[in-house]
Amino acid sequence: MKYIIKKIISMIITLVVVSLCVFLAFSIIPGDPALKKLGTEASPELIAQTREQMGLNDPVIVRYFRWFGAFLQGDMGKSYNYSVPVAGMILNKIPITLTMAIMSFLLTIVVSIPMGIITAKHEGGILDRVVTVVNQVIMAVPPFFSGILITFIFGMIFKLFKPGGFISYSEDFAGFVGYLIFPSIAVALPKIAMTVKMLRGSVIDEAKKDYTRTAYSRGNNTNGVLYRHVLKNALIPVITFLGMLLADMIAGSIVIEQVFGIPGISRILLTSISNRDYPVVEAIIMGIAMIVIVTNLLVDIIYRIVDPRIGIEE
Amino acid sequence: MGVILDVTDLHIEFHDHGFPEVAVEDFDLMLEEGEIVGIVGESGSGKSMSALAIAGLLSRHSITKTGRIMFNGDDLLTCDRKTLRSYQGDEISMIFQEPMTSLNPVKRIGWQVEESLFIHHPEIDKKKRKEMAIEMLLAVGLNDAENIYHMYPHELSGGMRQRVMIAAAMIGNPKILIADEPTTALDVTVQAQIVELLKKINKERGTSIIFISHDLSLVNQLCERVIVMQKGNIVESGDTARVFGSPQDSYTKKLIAAIPKIDIGN
Repeated sequence: MKYIIKKIISMIITLVVVSLCVFLAFSIIPGDPALKKLGTEASPELIAQTREQMGLNDPVIVRYFRWFGAFLQGDMGKSYNYSVPVAGMILNKIPITLTMAIMSFLLTIVVSIPMGIITAKHEGGILDRVVTVVNQVIMAVPPFFSGILITFIFGMIFKLFKPGGFISYSEDFAGFVGYLIFPSIAVALPKIAMTVKMLRGSVIDEAKKDYTRTAYSRGNNTNGVLYRHVLKNALIPVITFLGMLLADMIAGSIVIEQVFGIPGISRILLTSISNRDYPVVEAIIMGIAMIVIVTNLLVDIIYRIVDPRIGIEE
Repeated sequence: MGVILDVTDLHIEFHDHGFPEVAVEDFDLMLEEGEIVGIVGESGSGKSMSALAIAGLLSRHSITKTGRIMFNGDDLLTCDRKTLRSYQGDEISMIFQEPMTSLNPVKRIGWQVEESLFIHHPEIDKKKRKEMAIEMLLAVGLNDAENIYHMYPHELSGGMRQRVMIAAAMIGNPKILIADEPTTALDVTVQAQIVELLKKINKERGTSIIFISHDLSLVNQLCERVIVMQKGNIVESGDTARVFGSPQDSYTKKLIAAIPKIDIGN
């Protein structure tokens, strides 16, 4: 219980720091939201008047607390640019990005865990050597490039999906998920390569430990040692790694959404940054930060369940 | 009393560095039912290698083994892996030098003690297995067996972990227990307790024990017969009292002279 309270307090502090950093960053970088809103043709008087209306003339710290106070009450404010509530702008986009990130994450787990185990079990075999080489290549290719390749090969040559033909989840959920499969693969590919490499190494390291000799001495066969003894130990570092990956995948999804023409939060995020539309950017970043923090908390809890040594040491 | 294990001309070679390195040359051992045999020698003398070979735990590709290890009509060096596994943990068990790392850190003690039963006797149900495990934990002197059953290895001391290892090795009531320096990592009082426990197991259950150690006074306390090894060869063997009382080989003499004080006739 004490542990949970400690975690929640540190979550809140993290969120405050993240939001403050975003605010400060925007006050440092050049660019005027009023100018962006009105366009370069606007008269200086009108710009000054708009700045006053938007409250931009107040010191940054006043503006921060005004925004933060409203945020705490669930009010994310209005977009500077479009004068509509931020909540309405982003709420129907979040499911798109989140679905894609979760699909990439599941894909990573489903593919890399069996592959990590098999390559470790047959260390030095043909499959292991092929996978190692392919892994190196995949890790070196950035997702946006593999995204372009996937669009070209699977979209344009094999016509397995229609590039740019995004289907909204409110229209056809199956079609929506179907469209997201290839983008998810693009996001997941380098993560799969990393996870396979990591799990393979972890299994091989664990297999050298003394307890495996004990396991063999009790009459276990190779699979018995691997699945009953080694695997749980080998997964411990991988769980932490997967937790970090999930956060990274949300960031990765933002790039891939651009490549595949998916109207997730990336489009709004990018236009809002270039328009200096703080309320929108703040809201999106707070959302991402919250997902990252909750993921970390989950990883921490799973970690404690899997590794009995952790709970005792504190 | 019959011969239970007959090792002849055991020869072990490593090929890790491209050229053959001989670890054991011409090792012979006839183990009688209910007997405790000690194998002594300095580090690298091949005593652990011989023990691991008997337990069927030397199976890397870079090792060649020749000779014969006859148990129950099978040659453990040449029989198929399935036959070998059917003996491991059920007829031939082993405990090791490192009690701190020989148990799986993420599995409960009870699970680890029961594992041999789980593998070799699937007909025994879960409830009965638990009863047997707790009984075995009590038998090795862990009086808080009910609680220890649910604990993890890191919650126990080195001596307790070695007792758990013994419990796990003995649960299938094996004919042979191989103890590879089981007391080396433990402090002196715990060493004596473990030796007493092995003695008790041997007496009560009739288990034959191969006790490997570089501690001659422990071997003297526990073993009826002793084999002295040096650089992969047996240099002397025979009744413990005879070997320690009137050693014939110069290496044995040196080993005995190196002990601060040895209580012969104990």
